[in-house]
Amino acid sequence: MTDYRHAMIVIVVMGLGVLATRIVPVLIFGRGEKVPEFILYLGRVVPYTAMGLLIVYCLRDVPVFEAPHGLPELIALSAVAATYIWKRNTILSVVIGTALYMFLVQSIF
Amino acid sequence: MKKITKKDLLAALRTSSPIIVTFLVLGIGYGILMQKHGYGPLWSLLSGIIIFSGTAQFVSVTMLSSGSVIMAGLTALMISARHVFFSISMIGRYSSEGRRKPYLYYALCDETYAMLSKDDGPEGVNVSNYRLLVTLFDQSAWLAGSFLGGWIGTLLTFDSTGIDFAMTALFTTVFIQQWIDNKCHLPAVLGVVATLACRLVFGRDIFLIPAMIIIIGVLTAARSRIEPAGGENHD
Repeated sequence: MTDYRHAMIVIVVMGLGVLATRIVPVLIFGRGEKVPEFILYLGRVVPYTAMGLLIVYCLRDVPVFEAPHGLPELIALSAVAATYIWKRNTILSVVIGTALYMFLVQSIF
Repeated sequence: MKKITKKDLLAALRTSSPIIVTFLVLGIGYGILMQKHGYGPLWSLLSGIIIFSGTAQFVSVTMLSSGSVIMAGLTALMISARHVFFSISMIGRYSSEGRRKPYLYYALCDETYAMLSKDDGPEGVNVSNYRLLVTLFDQSAWLAGSFLGGWIGTLLTFDSTGIDFAMTALFTTVFIQQWIDNKCHLPAVLGVVATLACRLVFGRDIFLIPAMIIIIGVLTAARSRIEPAGGENHD
Protein backbone atom coordinates (compact mmCIF):
# COMPACT_ATOMS: atom_id res chain seq x y z
CA MET A 1 0.00 0.00 0.00
CA THR A 2 1.21 3.46 -0.79
CA ASP A 3 2.08 5.43 2.32
CA TYR A 4 0.33 8.72 1.64
CA ARG A 5 1.20 10.17 5.04
CA HIS A 6 4.92 9.85 4.33
CA ALA A 7 4.40 11.35 0.88
CA MET A 8 2.58 14.34 2.36
CA ILE A 9 5.33 14.92 4.92
CA VAL A 10 8.04 14.73 2.24
CA ILE A 11 6.19 17.23 0.03
CA VAL A 12 5.71 19.69 2.90
CA VAL A 13 9.32 19.37 4.09
CA MET A 14 10.73 19.80 0.58
CA GLY A 15 8.34 22.69 0.03
CA LEU A 16 9.63 24.37 3.19
CA GLY A 17 13.21 23.78 2.01
CA VAL A 18 12.57 25.41 -1.36
CA LEU A 19 10.52 28.22 0.19
CA ALA A 20 13.29 28.93 2.70
CA THR A 21 15.79 29.56 -0.09
CA ARG A 22 13.36 31.97 -1.74
CA ILE A 23 12.01 33.85 1.29
CA VAL A 24 14.54 33.73 4.15
CA PRO A 25 17.20 35.80 2.31
CA VAL A 26 14.59 38.52 1.74
CA LEU A 27 13.51 38.48 5.40
CA ILE A 28 17.13 38.78 6.53
CA PHE A 29 18.50 41.18 3.94
CA GLY A 30 15.34 42.95 2.79
CA ARG A 31 16.05 46.02 4.93
CA GLY A 32 19.19 46.87 3.05
CA GLU A 33 21.82 45.08 5.15
CA LYS A 34 24.86 44.02 3.23
CA VAL A 35 24.67 40.39 2.10
CA PRO A 36 27.76 38.39 3.16
CA GLU A 37 29.92 37.59 0.15
CA PHE A 38 30.09 33.96 1.24
CA ILE A 39 26.31 33.51 1.00
CA LEU A 40 26.28 35.02 -2.49
CA TYR A 41 29.17 32.78 -3.45
CA LEU A 42 27.33 29.63 -2.34
CA GLY A 43 24.21 30.79 -4.17
CA ARG A 44 26.27 31.14 -7.34
CA VAL A 45 28.30 27.96 -7.18
CA VAL A 46 26.20 25.31 -5.43
CA PRO A 47 23.82 24.92 -8.41
CA TYR A 48 26.75 23.77 -10.52
CA THR A 49 27.57 20.95 -8.08
CA ALA A 50 23.93 20.11 -7.44
CA MET A 51 23.30 18.75 -10.96
CA GLY A 52 26.16 16.24 -10.72
CA LEU A 53 24.87 15.19 -7.32
CA LEU A 54 21.37 14.70 -8.71
CA ILE A 55 22.57 12.66 -11.69
CA VAL A 56 24.47 10.30 -9.38
CA TYR A 57 21.43 10.18 -7.11
CA CYS A 58 19.23 9.14 -10.05
CA LEU A 59 21.67 6.41 -10.99
CA ARG A 60 22.24 5.17 -7.42
CA ASP A 61 20.71 1.74 -8.03
CA VAL A 62 22.39 0.94 -11.34
CA PRO A 63 24.12 -2.46 -10.99
CA VAL A 64 27.61 -1.64 -12.21
CA PHE A 65 29.22 -4.88 -11.05
CA GLU A 66 26.65 -7.29 -12.49
CA ALA A 67 24.88 -7.63 -15.85
CA PRO A 68 24.02 -5.50 -17.73
CA HIS A 69 26.68 -3.35 -15.99
CA GLY A 70 24.81 -0.09 -16.51
CA LEU A 71 24.98 -0.45 -20.27
CA PRO A 72 21.39 0.75 -20.94
CA GLU A 73 22.08 3.85 -18.83
CA LEU A 74 25.36 4.49 -20.62
CA ILE A 75 23.81 4.18 -24.07
CA ALA A 76 20.78 6.34 -23.25
CA LEU A 77 22.88 9.00 -21.49
CA SER A 78 25.18 9.16 -24.52
CA ALA A 79 22.13 9.73 -26.71
CA VAL A 80 20.93 12.51 -24.40
CA ALA A 81 24.35 14.17 -24.41
CA ALA A 82 24.84 13.83 -28.17
CA THR A 83 21.40 15.17 -29.11
CA TYR A 84 21.69 17.99 -26.58
CA ILE A 85 25.12 19.10 -27.77
CA TRP A 86 23.81 18.89 -31.34
CA LYS A 87 20.40 20.59 -31.01
CA ARG A 88 20.45 22.28 -27.55
CA ASN A 89 16.84 21.29 -27.11
CA THR A 90 16.05 19.98 -23.62
CA ILE A 91 12.67 18.47 -24.41
CA LEU A 92 13.95 16.71 -27.54
CA SER A 93 16.88 15.14 -25.66
CA VAL A 94 14.74 14.08 -22.71
CA VAL A 95 12.12 12.46 -24.95
CA ILE A 96 14.67 10.65 -27.15
CA GLY A 97 16.78 9.52 -24.19
CA THR A 98 13.82 8.26 -22.18
CA ALA A 99 12.22 6.46 -25.13
CA LEU A 100 15.52 4.80 -25.98
CA TYR A 101 16.10 3.81 -22.37
CA MET A 102 12.61 2.33 -22.01
CA PHE A 103 13.10 0.37 -25.23
CA LEU A 104 16.50 -0.90 -24.03
CA VAL A 105 15.37 -2.09 -20.61
CA GLN A 106 12.08 -3.55 -21.86
CA SER A 107 13.19 -5.27 -25.04
CA ILE A 108 16.97 -5.72 -25.18
CA PHE A 109 18.44 -6.18 -21.71
CA MET B 1 -1.82 48.94 -7.31
CA LYS B 2 -3.27 49.74 -10.71
CA LYS B 3 -5.95 47.70 -12.37
CA ILE B 4 -4.68 45.03 -14.75
CA THR B 5 -5.24 46.15 -18.33
CA LYS B 6 -5.51 44.11 -21.49
CA LYS B 7 -2.15 45.52 -22.50
CA ASP B 8 -0.52 44.19 -19.31
CA LEU B 9 -2.07 40.78 -19.95
CA LEU B 10 -0.86 40.59 -23.55
CA ALA B 11 2.65 41.75 -22.70
CA ALA B 12 2.96 39.20 -19.91
CA LEU B 13 1.56 36.47 -22.11
CA ARG B 14 4.09 37.28 -24.84
CA THR B 15 6.96 37.11 -22.36
CA SER B 16 5.70 33.90 -20.79
CA SER B 17 4.74 31.99 -23.93
CA PRO B 18 8.02 30.06 -24.42
CA ILE B 19 8.04 29.22 -20.71
CA ILE B 20 4.40 28.18 -20.81
CA VAL B 21 5.15 25.69 -23.60
CA THR B 22 8.21 24.27 -21.82
CA PHE B 23 6.41 24.02 -18.48
CA LEU B 24 3.40 22.32 -20.05
CA VAL B 25 5.58 19.64 -21.65
CA LEU B 26 7.82 19.08 -18.61
CA GLY B 27 4.80 19.25 -16.34
CA ILE B 28 3.07 16.53 -18.34
CA GLY B 29 6.21 14.39 -18.00
CA TYR B 30 6.24 14.97 -14.26
CA GLY B 31 2.53 14.19 -13.95
CA ILE B 32 2.90 10.91 -15.84
CA LEU B 33 5.89 9.96 -13.69
CA MET B 34 3.95 10.70 -10.50
CA GLN B 35 0.99 8.68 -11.79
CA LYS B 36 3.22 5.70 -12.56
CA HIS B 37 4.53 5.86 -8.97
CA GLY B 38 1.00 5.76 -7.59
CA TYR B 39 0.35 9.49 -7.12
CA GLY B 40 -2.47 10.88 -9.22
CA PRO B 41 -3.06 14.34 -10.74
CA LEU B 42 -4.21 15.87 -7.46
CA TRP B 43 -0.92 14.89 -5.85
CA SER B 44 0.99 16.52 -8.71
CA LEU B 45 -1.10 19.64 -8.32
CA LEU B 46 -0.56 19.72 -4.56
CA SER B 47 3.17 19.20 -4.96
CA GLY B 48 3.29 21.96 -7.58
CA ILE B 49 1.65 24.37 -5.17
CA ILE B 50 3.64 23.40 -2.08
CA ILE B 51 7.09 22.82 -3.62
CA PHE B 52 6.91 24.58 -7.01
CA SER B 53 10.37 23.68 -8.22
CA GLY B 54 10.68 21.36 -11.20
CA THR B 55 13.98 19.87 -10.12
CA ALA B 56 12.93 19.35 -6.51
CA GLN B 57 9.63 17.85 -7.62
CA PHE B 58 11.21 15.41 -10.06
CA VAL B 59 13.59 14.26 -7.33
CA SER B 60 10.76 14.06 -4.81
CA VAL B 61 9.00 11.36 -6.87
CA THR B 62 11.38 8.67 -5.68
CA MET B 63 11.39 10.01 -2.11
CA LEU B 64 7.62 10.06 -1.59
CA SER B 65 7.14 6.39 -0.82
CA SER B 66 10.08 5.83 1.50
CA GLY B 67 13.34 7.22 2.74
CA SER B 68 14.58 9.83 5.15
CA VAL B 69 12.54 13.01 5.49
CA ILE B 70 15.63 14.91 6.66
CA MET B 71 17.47 13.89 3.52
CA ALA B 72 14.54 15.07 1.40
CA GLY B 73 14.63 18.45 3.14
CA LEU B 74 18.39 18.82 2.75
CA THR B 75 18.16 17.80 -0.90
CA ALA B 76 15.52 20.49 -1.47
CA LEU B 77 17.78 23.09 0.18
CA MET B 78 20.75 22.02 -1.92
CA ILE B 79 18.84 21.99 -5.20
CA SER B 80 17.31 25.38 -4.43
CA ALA B 81 20.46 27.08 -3.17
CA ARG B 82 20.52 29.22 -6.30
CA HIS B 83 17.21 30.82 -5.29
CA VAL B 84 18.99 32.57 -2.43
CA PHE B 85 20.84 34.47 -5.09
CA PHE B 86 17.75 35.14 -7.22
CA SER B 87 15.68 36.45 -4.31
CA ILE B 88 18.45 38.70 -3.03
CA SER B 89 18.93 40.23 -6.45
CA MET B 90 15.19 41.01 -6.65
CA ILE B 91 14.97 42.84 -3.29
CA GLY B 92 15.51 46.23 -4.91
CA ARG B 93 13.13 45.61 -7.81
CA TYR B 94 10.34 44.19 -5.66
CA SER B 95 10.69 46.75 -2.83
CA SER B 96 7.43 48.53 -3.69
CA GLU B 97 5.33 45.46 -4.53
CA GLY B 98 3.49 45.56 -1.21
CA ARG B 99 0.97 42.78 -0.72
CA ARG B 100 2.16 41.00 -3.88
CA LYS B 101 5.63 40.42 -2.41
CA PRO B 102 4.99 37.08 -0.68
CA TYR B 103 3.63 35.53 -3.87
CA LEU B 104 6.32 36.99 -6.13
CA TYR B 105 9.11 35.56 -3.95
CA TYR B 106 7.42 32.22 -3.27
CA ALA B 107 6.91 31.59 -7.00
CA LEU B 108 10.27 32.94 -8.18
CA CYS B 109 11.49 29.95 -10.19
CA ASP B 110 14.50 29.95 -12.55
CA GLU B 111 12.53 30.84 -15.66
CA THR B 112 10.48 33.59 -14.06
CA TYR B 113 13.65 35.05 -12.61
CA ALA B 114 15.28 35.00 -16.04
CA MET B 115 12.37 36.97 -17.48
CA LEU B 116 11.93 39.46 -14.64
CA SER B 117 15.48 40.17 -13.52
CA LYS B 118 15.51 43.52 -15.27
CA ASP B 119 14.32 46.83 -13.95
CA ASP B 120 11.34 47.49 -16.15
CA GLY B 121 8.74 45.74 -18.28
CA PRO B 122 7.74 46.34 -21.91
CA GLU B 123 6.88 49.92 -22.82
CA GLY B 124 3.55 51.33 -21.64
CA VAL B 125 2.89 48.39 -19.34
CA ASN B 126 2.34 48.62 -15.59
CA VAL B 127 5.45 46.85 -14.35
CA SER B 128 3.88 45.59 -11.12
CA ASN B 129 0.97 43.97 -12.96
CA TYR B 130 3.35 42.62 -15.56
CA ARG B 131 5.55 40.92 -12.93
CA LEU B 132 2.57 39.42 -11.17
CA LEU B 133 1.09 38.07 -14.42
CA VAL B 134 4.34 36.59 -15.75
CA THR B 135 4.90 34.83 -12.41
CA LEU B 136 1.30 33.62 -12.36
CA PHE B 137 1.31 32.40 -15.98
CA ASP B 138 4.52 30.44 -15.47
CA GLN B 139 3.29 28.68 -12.36
CA SER B 140 -0.14 28.03 -13.86
CA ALA B 141 1.42 26.37 -16.90
CA TRP B 142 3.47 24.08 -14.66
CA LEU B 143 0.42 23.19 -12.56
CA ALA B 144 -1.77 22.63 -15.62
CA GLY B 145 0.89 20.46 -17.28
CA SER B 146 1.48 18.28 -14.23
CA PHE B 147 -2.26 17.86 -13.61
CA LEU B 148 -2.79 16.97 -17.26
CA GLY B 149 0.13 14.52 -17.12
CA GLY B 150 -1.36 12.79 -14.10
CA TRP B 151 -4.63 12.47 -15.95
CA ILE B 152 -2.99 11.23 -19.17
CA GLY B 153 -1.08 8.73 -17.04
CA THR B 154 -4.34 7.16 -15.89
CA LEU B 155 -5.58 6.83 -19.48
CA LEU B 156 -2.43 5.42 -20.99
CA THR B 157 -1.77 1.88 -20.03
CA PHE B 158 1.69 1.02 -21.22
CA ASP B 159 4.71 -0.67 -19.74
CA SER B 160 6.27 2.27 -17.94
CA THR B 161 9.45 0.44 -16.92
CA GLY B 162 12.32 2.87 -17.33
CA ILE B 163 10.25 6.07 -17.44
CA ASP B 164 12.17 7.36 -14.41
CA PHE B 165 15.05 7.92 -16.78
CA ALA B 166 13.34 11.17 -17.84
CA MET B 167 14.68 12.68 -14.62
CA THR B 168 18.23 11.56 -15.27
CA ALA B 169 17.99 12.85 -18.83
CA LEU B 170 16.65 16.22 -17.70
CA PHE B 171 19.42 16.74 -15.16
CA THR B 172 22.00 15.65 -17.73
CA THR B 173 20.91 18.33 -20.19
CA VAL B 174 21.16 20.98 -17.45
CA PHE B 175 24.58 19.61 -16.48
CA ILE B 176 25.84 19.89 -20.07
CA GLN B 177 24.45 23.42 -20.45
CA GLN B 178 26.18 24.48 -17.23
CA TRP B 179 29.39 22.85 -18.43
CA ILE B 180 29.22 24.85 -21.67
CA ASP B 181 28.43 28.10 -19.83
CA ASN B 182 31.27 27.87 -17.32
CA LYS B 183 35.01 28.08 -17.67
CA CYS B 184 35.68 26.53 -14.27
CA HIS B 185 34.47 22.93 -14.19
CA LEU B 186 35.57 22.18 -10.64
CA PRO B 187 32.07 22.56 -9.10
CA ALA B 188 30.53 20.29 -11.74
CA VAL B 189 33.22 17.61 -11.35
CA LEU B 190 33.04 17.91 -7.56
CA GLY B 191 29.29 17.24 -7.60
CA VAL B 192 29.73 14.00 -9.55
CA VAL B 193 32.90 12.71 -7.88
CA ALA B 194 31.99 13.49 -4.26
CA THR B 195 28.52 12.00 -4.62
CA LEU B 196 29.78 8.91 -6.45
CA ALA B 197 32.46 8.33 -3.79
CA CYS B 198 29.90 8.70 -1.00
CA ARG B 199 27.51 6.31 -2.76
CA LEU B 200 30.28 3.67 -2.82
CA VAL B 201 31.41 4.29 0.76
CA PHE B 202 28.13 4.97 2.58
CA GLY B 203 25.66 2.79 0.68
CA ARG B 204 22.44 3.75 -1.08
CA ASP B 205 20.38 5.20 1.77
CA ILE B 206 22.28 8.07 3.36
CA PHE B 207 25.02 8.97 0.89
CA LEU B 208 23.51 12.32 -0.09
CA ILE B 209 24.09 13.83 3.35
CA PRO B 210 27.87 13.16 3.56
CA ALA B 211 28.12 14.17 -0.10
CA MET B 212 26.53 17.54 0.64
CA ILE B 213 28.82 18.12 3.62
CA ILE B 214 31.90 17.32 1.54
CA ILE B 215 30.69 19.52 -1.33
CA ILE B 216 30.08 22.57 0.90
CA GLY B 217 33.45 21.94 2.58
CA VAL B 218 35.39 21.74 -0.68
CA LEU B 219 33.55 24.74 -2.16
CA THR B 220 34.49 26.75 0.92
CA ALA B 221 38.13 25.64 0.85
CA ALA B 222 38.57 26.02 -2.89
CA ARG B 223 36.82 29.37 -3.22
CA SER B 224 39.89 31.24 -4.42
CA ARG B 225 40.39 28.68 -7.18
CA ILE B 226 36.75 28.61 -8.27
CA GLU B 227 36.24 32.38 -8.17
CA PRO B 228 39.56 34.21 -8.32
CA ALA B 229 39.18 37.70 -6.82
CA GLY B 230 38.23 40.16 -9.54
CA GLY B 231 37.63 37.27 -11.90
CA GLU B 232 34.54 36.56 -13.93
CA ASN B 233 31.27 37.84 -12.64
CA HIS B 234 28.35 35.45 -12.92
CA ASP B 235 25.57 38.02 -12.89
